[in-house]
Amino acid sequence: MDEIAAAFSAALAMILGGDPELVQIVLLSLRVSLTAVVLAAILGLPVGAALAVFRFPGRRVLVVLLNALMGLPPVVVGLVVYVTLSRSGPLGALGWLFTPLAMILAQTILITPLIAAVARQSMAELWAEYADELRSLGVGPWRTVATLLWDGRFGLLTSVLAGFGRAAAEVGAVIMVGGNIAHVTRTMTTAIALETAKGELALAMGLGILLMGISLVINAGAYLLGEFARAREAGAP
Amino acid sequence: MTPAILPLEVRDLGFSAGGKSLLRGLSFQAAPGRRIVLLGPNGAGKSLTLRLCHGLERPSAGRIVWQGPRAADAKLHQAMVFQRPILLRRSAAANIDYALKVRGVPRGERAPRIEAALAQVGVAALADRPARVLSGGERQLLALARAAALRPEILFLDEPTASLAPAAARRVEQAVAAIHAAGATIVMTTHDLGQARRLADEVLFLHDGNLVEHGSATAFFAAPQSAEARAYMKGELL
Repeated sequence: MDEIAAAFSAALAMILGGDPELVQIVLLSLRVSLTAVVLAAILGLPVGAALAVFRFPGRRVLVVLLNALMGLPPVVVGLVVYVTLSRSGPLGALGWLFTPLAMILAQTILITPLIAAVARQSMAELWAEYADELRSLGVGPWRTVATLLWDGRFGLLTSVLAGFGRAAAEVGAVIMVGGNIAHVTRTMTTAIALETAKGELALAMGLGILLMGISLVINAGAYLLGEFARAREAGAP
Repeated sequence: MTPAILPLEVRDLGFSAGGKSLLRGLSFQAAPGRRIVLLGPNGAGKSLTLRLCHGLERPSAGRIVWQGPRAADAKLHQAMVFQRPILLRRSAAANIDYALKVRGVPRGERAPRIEAALAQVGVAALADRPARVLSGGERQLLALARAAALRPEILFLDEPTASLAPAAARRVEQAVAAIHAAGATIVMTTHDLGQARRLADEVLFLHDGNLVEHGSATAFFAAPQSAEARAYMKGELL
């Protein structure tokens, strides 16, 4: 018990003192997950909106597939990206394996379906409301998608945040394709796993506290933004 | 003004959904400048007729023929106002701006047209208000202003005053009259017989997916020919 308490105060000291190793790990984690979330949003949001609006053969299959991919196990993504980027793999020549780029790629693949699926849901609701008017005005397909994305932007934030939450919390994919190399590909989650295994509880706890803190701040921000959006539309049915 | 897409000729129009026939053998003409009001009990096919004419639904039978010279882009010369107005999450002015942009009106022309349209229906003061905080009547007037800004040759209105208080309904009627005076042909549905008397040149009376009676409003209101129309006018349930 004393040991844990000591580790906990050491962890707080590291956070408050801005321990360089801790800061480096946090910054790399944020860089990887934020880049992945931006890429996944660019890919996933239009796909979600398009799936909500367009009727084409195979659409249902795609929606079911997307929903299934929402729960994609990180280790499976890690395996696929590892094989693809390994020296003998199709993209081996890029030399991305065990670099942050591989981690970004893996996380992007992991969360794009999640963002697209959640976005599709909110876009489908907005489309049900707007469809008659946009069709009456003769809005073309691409402008329809753009209009829905813009008018539904606050709702879409939820899907992006869900994506960020998943990316920041996962450990399986980044540890496989990043390798948890100190100062290069060590993220919060991989460091926590490693340090705990080594019995180095202070750093693990410090990172754990920060990881939870980041998640809290992001979710509080999302909540406030949602309130703001609702206030903006107050009185609307 | 020479018509671009009018007259509209509806020939033997039919529509079925889920194996159920909802509209059969509907034929009529909409000549430029007319105000045509569709009457009939719920489920008669009034709204469906508007949606078919406006191209929101695909007919199962029959044809909708725009006979004017610009028939190829008939879409660009029509507008529709729905029973529950659909407004985008933007200001009143931005809602109209969006519609004008979609129809390819150049940026420089949009501002004056927005202003004129809002003034035409008497809601100039609402320009900067978010559309979604407006009252029911204001929302419908904004939808009318948006339609007016498009300068449609034909305007479809689906029960535009159905859920409005009398004062708001009167303003909507005035706006419809103003849009008609500006040159638009009006095709509308209503359950308000007083409104139909005030606005209609022609009446189409539908019942159960059939056109039962079609004639001038004066003749229709003086002496409806069909038993169904007589019963409907007396307020009986059909």
